[in-house]
Amino acid sequence: MHRFAKPSVFLKLTGAMMPWMVTLTVILTVVGLYLALFASPVDYQQGSTVRIMYIHVPAAWMGLFCYIGMAACGAMSLIWKHPLADICARATAPIGATFTALTLISGSLWGEPMWGTWWVWDARLTSMLILLFLYLGYIALVNAFDDPERGSKAGSALALVGAINVPIVKFSVDWWNTLHQPASVARMDGPSIDPSMLAPLLIMAFAFTGYYFIVLVLRVRLELNQRRIRALQLSGVFDDRAPTSGDDSNLAYDQGHNAGAGK
Amino acid sequence: MNAFVAILRRDLRLAMRQGADSVMVVAFFIVTTTLFPFGVGPEVNILARIASGVIWVAALLAAMLSLERVFQTDYEDGTLELLTLSPAPLELLVLGKVCAHWLTTGLPLIMAAPIMAVMLNMDQNGFATLMIAMLIGTPALSLIGAIGAALILGARRGGVLVSLLVLPLYIPVLIFGAGAVEAALLGISAQAQLQIMGAILLLSLAAAPFATAHAIRQAVE
Repeated sequence: MHRFAKPSVFLKLTGAMMPWMVTLTVILTVVGLYLALFASPVDYQQGSTVRIMYIHVPAAWMGLFCYIGMAACGAMSLIWKHPLADICARATAPIGATFTALTLISGSLWGEPMWGTWWVWDARLTSMLILLFLYLGYIALVNAFDDPERGSKAGSALALVGAINVPIVKFSVDWWNTLHQPASVARMDGPSIDPSMLAPLLIMAFAFTGYYFIVLVLRVRLELNQRRIRALQLSGVFDDRAPTSGDDSNLAYDQGHNAGAGK
Repeated sequence: MNAFVAILRRDLRLAMRQGADSVMVVAFFIVTTTLFPFGVGPEVNILARIASGVIWVAALLAAMLSLERVFQTDYEDGTLELLTLSPAPLELLVLGKVCAHWLTTGLPLIMAAPIMAVMLNMDQNGFATLMIAMLIGTPALSLIGAIGAALILGARRGGVLVSLLVLPLYIPVLIFGAGAVEAALLGISAQAQLQIMGAILLLSLAAAPFATAHAIRQAVE
């Protein structure tokens, strides 16, 4: 795995994979949205409002998934001190925060017609809100240092400490009596949801996952390229006085790249 | 163990000589609690109903505000660097500093809490449970808070940042601390909530010194 984590290999690999990932995600999104919004049956109690589920539930899964990913990247960067893990963790945070916010907003829009209230202080909702705060705290902490390296390390420690909230979110509906319904897909005795609704739900979940990976890769590539530019600027390639012949700039380019990669 | 006692005594002595810190924390706690009757009105029943929650939230905020001084001054004058270089394990030294923080903030808060409970007309059934719950809960606040205090060393706007980092992690203590008092007020046994708080305390006692020591090491490195 460390072989793929080398920045140059990562850039080449993801560059080749990107068109396929985008195509797959677009197909999944179109099919998923069609199934979710038109082809799936309406709920006998909720009517068409149930279609909010196809956005709400995958977004909630992704909110948790991103946090787990962020904490795992944090652990990797602490253990192996790999710069790419740092960048991945930093890049995941805003995406996860957006998914979590989307969950809360769509849930609130769903709650109004179904429960008669935009918000209840229920264990599932509250723990999801705390998850959003943890994301925001992470983003604030990572950006609070003049030295980005130091920010990443502090952020990794915080992400690991905050990971305690993930099982609390997952099991909150089992541990407390809540207005929010208990789990109906990821259960020990198999999903209790009808296949005609499960299929679009899972397709949407895969589409969301694909979207996450696309945005993650874009953000990581952006960060890698920015570091490379910074390293090149420091090494004086863009300096007017520096020689601009092909060989020299190539050399500086490699050096800059290595400096950007850390080790 | 000597190192633990030494750092504890040093921090306590510093707190005593400077004096104002503990008093300020208690003053903040009392003033914040006093704001609520102005905000929600002096209706006795409402105040009695919200008393336990108000006291816990005010205690949480007071404990959080005092976090900055746990490591900040030592970080600025270089003491923290010497501590990381000392042969004694940094985790133990951290624990000593956390103990000192609890003795100078948690303990005064516990003593001030019943006074505020009386002023908010809380029923007398809840007093003992409130004290016990705070006795279990405030050390956990100091332990968890130390992680946040260590993470923000050297950060810009550290004081504001620490609230964003630490308050979400304080919520479990708040839920079960206020829940224990609620249970006692209703005449139900608060044992379950107190046991969960004990579990939170033990977990943070086991994990927080390591996380804090790790954060300090990278701050001084």
